[in-house]
Amino acid sequence: MQNILQISWIIPVLPFLAFACIGLFLHRWPKAAAAMSILAIGGSFVLSLLVALKVFTGDPGQVFELSARWLSMPGLRVDMGIMIDPLTAVMLIVVTTVALLVQIYSLGYMDKDPGFASYFAYQSAFAGSMLGLVVASNFGQLFVFWELVGICSYLLIGFWFGKDSAKNAAIKAFVTNRVGDFGFLLGILFLTIVFGTLNFGELSTQLIGYDNIAVLLPISILLFFGPMGKSAQFPLHVWLPDAMEGPTPVSALIHAATMVAAGVYLIARAFFIFSHTPQAMFFIAVVGGFTALFAASIALVQNDIKRILAYSTLSQLGYMVMAMGIGAMTAGMFHLMTHAFFKSLLFLAAGSVIHALHEEQDIWKMGQLSQKMPVTTWTFVIGALALAGIPPLAGFWSKDEILLGAYVGGYTGLYILGSLVAFMTAFYMFRLIFTAFFGSNTNGHHAHESAPVMTVPLIILAILSIVAGFVGSPYMNNIFGHFITAPGVVHHEANLGIMVISSLIALAGIVLAWIIYQRKIINHESLRQRFSGIYNLLSNKYYLDEIYAWLIAVFVDGGARLLEWVDLKIVNGAINGLAFFTGWSGRTLRYTEDGQVQTYALYLFTGVVIILITALMAVFTAIV
Amino acid sequence: MSITINDGVFIIISGLTIVSALGVVFSRNIIHSALFLVLAFLGVAGIFFELGAGFLGLVQILVYAGAISVLIIFAIMLVMNVEAEKTNLPNPSLKTHLWGACLALLLIITLGTSIWRSELFQVLGPPAVSDAVGLLAELMLGNYVVAFEVAAVLLLLAVVGAIILARGVEEE
Amino acid sequence: MIGLNHYLLLATILFGIGVYGVFSKRNAVAILMSIELMLNAVNINFVAINKFIQPSNTIGQLFAIFVIVVAAAEVSVGLALIISIYRHKKSVNLSDFNLMKW
Repeated sequence: MQNILQISWIIPVLPFLAFACIGLFLHRWPKAAAAMSILAIGGSFVLSLLVALKVFTGDPGQVFELSARWLSMPGLRVDMGIMIDPLTAVMLIVVTTVALLVQIYSLGYMDKDPGFASYFAYQSAFAGSMLGLVVASNFGQLFVFWELVGICSYLLIGFWFGKDSAKNAAIKAFVTNRVGDFGFLLGILFLTIVFGTLNFGELSTQLIGYDNIAVLLPISILLFFGPMGKSAQFPLHVWLPDAMEGPTPVSALIHAATMVAAGVYLIARAFFIFSHTPQAMFFIAVVGGFTALFAASIALVQNDIKRILAYSTLSQLGYMVMAMGIGAMTAGMFHLMTHAFFKSLLFLAAGSVIHALHEEQDIWKMGQLSQKMPVTTWTFVIGALALAGIPPLAGFWSKDEILLGAYVGGYTGLYILGSLVAFMTAFYMFRLIFTAFFGSNTNGHHAHESAPVMTVPLIILAILSIVAGFVGSPYMNNIFGHFITAPGVVHHEANLGIMVISSLIALAGIVLAWIIYQRKIINHESLRQRFSGIYNLLSNKYYLDEIYAWLIAVFVDGGARLLEWVDLKIVNGAINGLAFFTGWSGRTLRYTEDGQVQTYALYLFTGVVIILITALMAVFTAIV
Repeated sequence: MSITINDGVFIIISGLTIVSALGVVFSRNIIHSALFLVLAFLGVAGIFFELGAGFLGLVQILVYAGAISVLIIFAIMLVMNVEAEKTNLPNPSLKTHLWGACLALLLIITLGTSIWRSELFQVLGPPAVSDAVGLLAELMLGNYVVAFEVAAVLLLLAVVGAIILARGVEEE
Repeated sequence: MIGLNHYLLLATILFGIGVYGVFSKRNAVAILMSIELMLNAVNINFVAINKFIQPSNTIGQLFAIFVIVVAAAEVSVGLALIISIYRHKKSVNLSDFNLMKW
């Protein structure tokens, strides 16, 4: 069975091969391209399953590593290799499962799209990059695949590049990520300067007993910049809601498995660094918690089905990051896994709705969908219940573990914040469901259930959303926590009280949504009128985009204008001045060339006399 | 401090040389200048004799006072196209005059004072070598034979070059 | 008593007169003559220093001979040039020769 680990490097290579094949040979045959892509990710999926089987039947602490020198120069060594440990194995499973289902679903969703072949090529590259990132054995390789993930997301978000909004969203995603990646790269370089290696294993060995906080704190903060961009934490979150402009399956992939998961995965992977510095951990926890609350509050008032889901993703990512920050790395990874399943389910179901309603995304223009699209509706409801944290669905276990970590760890503020977010999550999800699927609006009547190629992935994901939580359930040995752990991770005994409270909070949110949007006991229109100030603030996303635009206009454009002035007046002025001076001196000095031999002789003798006098003076001063 | 015969001869000859040199520069007639030049050459030859370099003095008289002077006077005859009194007028540009005078004076003053005041040159005459010509011949055909041959080639080239230049391009 | 410095002084004065001549005359032949004066001043230096500093050999005189050789060559070529120019310009006046003017 060791052999399966030996060949596990094939997992990321397969999708890349598919990408190359499609790009080079198959782009004229869309069906063949799709088959190639799905076959490749399917192969990766099977291999990942085998790897995971091997890993989870073995010893939790085992690490399999295989690497080859990629580049080496004084002060920097980057290897290309694979590192398989339980954390990697979990991510492999999550990524390949979601990517496979999304690709199958895309067969239906992207049907008849003119870019069908290239869509699958990008999907393959996306999945391959993410898998490469997951198996990376060092920061250098991780960064390479990190950037590949970024470029693939750019391609897919801007897939319908004919639309201006898609084009802009792609650029926004890429540029925002750039900001985070820059800090991340600085952190990596800092690491290699301080420790001389980028390998995870070597780093964690060197860090034992290392307590120079002045070095570790900036490294940790800089490294956290990467997840801040990729996992869309405040204030670099702005790209994620706009990334909705891509095809819906892409959103599912980005939100669940490939893009945003990378950031959280990185925190987990580099947890041995972060856990060394309590200040950095606190910073991470605060950023995560704030993002969770901030995004959930915006989600309360959004009307676009995908936007609601996007802000919910932001909020859940904040949850995961907060879990990391409070030291509950296991809980964070657990939530990442369960979230991957139910969030991709929600997105794919939303895509099914959008597809059926011919690109309609406004929830107020939907309604009565439950009768026409039963599979979509019920899978969506399962996903929403899982997200809201209703036992015994997947989201309940993972969210509960995070809240438990916050409560037991003494982070009472974050615990209350998390509970509040849980309440809001349940509320906005069921606001969506009661409006779009059970609402009185009859627009949904001409909808029809999607084809099996789309509904089967939904059903599979729904099942996963129900059962995935059991691997981390404290009543079933908590296998997950047994394997996914790191030095500094705290485990807590299950607390029934917390479970009950969080379930009740989630139920309360659902009930409130039911009261307002189903029974209409409270009129939501009048509610909106009464709190119009807050409503406007929220629906405009706290005006953050506008603030960023203003900041860019003032600082970037202003700086550019300043530099333009410097360039035109000072740099050009210096060059032009130099040129003018050269010309002027040439014009002036040419009058010394009067063609008279005697004049030239004069110059010559003047020089001779000057040299003579100087030399004589030097000689005489030396003698005297 | 007594003045010997030698000193008197030196003073007379050097005075003659300087006056002749001034005559070369200040004459307005180029023929007079040329004749003053001959006189100056002869004076320098006298200085050579004074220094015990009899052979060199003879060469000076033969080559300079004889050949070169005649060459110059021939050239003057060939290129003279105005009346003789206006053949050697001073340069009309005052600037060159002043500048040249300044340079010459500076040169004379600085070099002169440094020569006069330096201990290095306060040397009095030792006995001259008796067989200067023999030594000269040995050097010329010994250590300095290459320079000697090069000088010969240079003279040949000068002769050929002068003929070509002076003859000009024939009209065909 | 006449010493080396007297000879050197004489040479300096001759040289200075030559320099002044080069600048103050307009006839090209006169300038050639001034150059000859300067060369003679140099020769006096060679011979005088040879006699006073290094009397046992005659290298200074040898150099003086080389200078005379070079001077002869220079005068012959220089005069040929002047004649050649005179043929074109009908003048030996240096201020008329300004072909290389700006």
